[in-house]
Amino acid sequence: MSDLRDLYQEVILDHNRSPHNFREMPSPTAHADGHNPLCGDTLTVYLDIEDGMVKDVSFVGSGCAISKASASLMTDVVKGKTLEEVREIFEGFHGMVTGESGGQSPASLGKLAVLEGVSEFPVRVKCATLAWHTLMAALEGQSDPVSTE
Amino acid sequence: MTRIARPDYDLESVRSEFPTLGQTVYDRPLVYLDNAATAQMPAKAIDAVREFQTRDRSNIHRGVHALSVRATEHYEAARVTASRFINATSPKECVFVRGTTEAVNLVAWSFVRPRVSEGDSILITGLEHHSNIVPWQLLGEATGARLKVVPLRDDGTISVDDFAQALTPDVRFASFAHVSNALGTVNPVGSLTALCREKNIPCLIDGAQAAPHIPIDVKELGADFYAFSGHKVYGPTGIGILWGRAQHLEAMPPWQGGGEMISSVSFEGSTWNAIPHKFEAGTPNIGGAIGLGAALEWLMDFGIAKAAAWETALLEHATQVLGTIPGLRIIGTAPEKAGVLSFVIEGAHPHDIGTILDRDGVAIRAGHHCAEPVMRHFGIPATARASFALYNTMEEIEALSGSVRRVQEMFADV
Repeated sequence: MSDLRDLYQEVILDHNRSPHNFREMPSPTAHADGHNPLCGDTLTVYLDIEDGMVKDVSFVGSGCAISKASASLMTDVVKGKTLEEVREIFEGFHGMVTGESGGQSPASLGKLAVLEGVSEFPVRVKCATLAWHTLMAALEGQSDPVSTE
Repeated sequence: MTRIARPDYDLESVRSEFPTLGQTVYDRPLVYLDNAATAQMPAKAIDAVREFQTRDRSNIHRGVHALSVRATEHYEAARVTASRFINATSPKECVFVRGTTEAVNLVAWSFVRPRVSEGDSILITGLEHHSNIVPWQLLGEATGARLKVVPLRDDGTISVDDFAQALTPDVRFASFAHVSNALGTVNPVGSLTALCREKNIPCLIDGAQAAPHIPIDVKELGADFYAFSGHKVYGPTGIGILWGRAQHLEAMPPWQGGGEMISSVSFEGSTWNAIPHKFEAGTPNIGGAIGLGAALEWLMDFGIAKAAAWETALLEHATQVLGTIPGLRIIGTAPEKAGVLSFVIEGAHPHDIGTILDRDGVAIRAGHHCAEPVMRHFGIPATARASFALYNTMEEIEALSGSVRRVQEMFADV
């Protein structure tokens, strides 16, 4: 069970039970839909961007504990960051969960490091990255829904 | 059916015939409960495939040499076995296909397409697998025919009355599952085919989930077509059977063109081979067909009724023990079910359930089971599904239940 506890840490279970910034945004400056057809996860990420900075970010949707916790943590982390910083965090996070971090320490990712265990569960990587891909799509102004497949 | 505590056969010795079952995963003994997706293969079927690949490997129907003669004999013998398995009038009514999906597509394009146009309907039910929905939508796009759906009831059943009501004069063809892959519901197929016959509407039964659990007699069932997949009846993947009444198969145009399906070819035109070869263009999955024949032979020797009695006992026991877990809801509560137990747990997504069970060595399926409309009916994105085969044990149900209980504790709102 020890490796399972690496994946389902208390922090993750807490974010799953009570996700942060789990709400619609009435007038976002950008938003995008994401879908994981494999498990049916769907979510919408909303952004309020002002002067190249994430003033507010939120999400709604349904999904597994990993995807919900990842989305919740993501909103906590990117709020107040510049778009350049968001891209950097995304790169670092993506590297960590896919196990391709190239030596970058998860410590530099702050609270996102609790998702490091995902790299040991290859079939669950897409659950952890769905929210991030959807966020990036919203930033790029992509109108087609993001699909993990 | 009265509950039985043990099967009418030696479980340990049966299990030893399935090489995959003896392994451990993550240092736990494998508990394989994903049989509705793919069942394991007995050594007898694996050996038959190996014998083809190591001794008889060659092409069929056209060789003059010893290997080709042997390969052809075994391939055609597998067809004879398949026809016995479903009690067909003749082996020529059994077409080798890739699986149930290909069988439905073949019937859609070869049999139904010339019969439909704008304003016509094709009738299916609310519990169908995507493979019995999407081919009809594609046909509809090409012809203007409409898809009509008999509603799913909240217990996961299809009512005969609803079906009768839906059989309006615009319906040209009906296609429905024998057993639901997502819910386990056994459809009253005999009553449904009788209604179709009354109105002269031809129909197909998707038997993918029924073939391993229910003795199939196509003469008694009264459908025009019956389809099933090899890998769900302990055979290889990529091979299956489409049974069709000879008079239909003979009248139908070929679906795919190529070698083997022709009688003669010239640039001015070609003529078609006799059935079933008319529908087997190109070199088929010869090893798969031979493996399927061996698996069906094995299953018939074993006895489906004997297997079904034990599988019912497993399903009932699993339903009972999982039913006591707080926050767990069973999806699909039809009075008659076969082989499948779908469930959801409050606060725990099926995908998380699947991952946690996996680490305990328990293999189940998590997802929408290629039946998104069924999920939508129940207002859920997905379910966790345990599905049973003749080699499963009561101890495995206990392992499943213990593992599910841990999930519930982990995800409970504390």
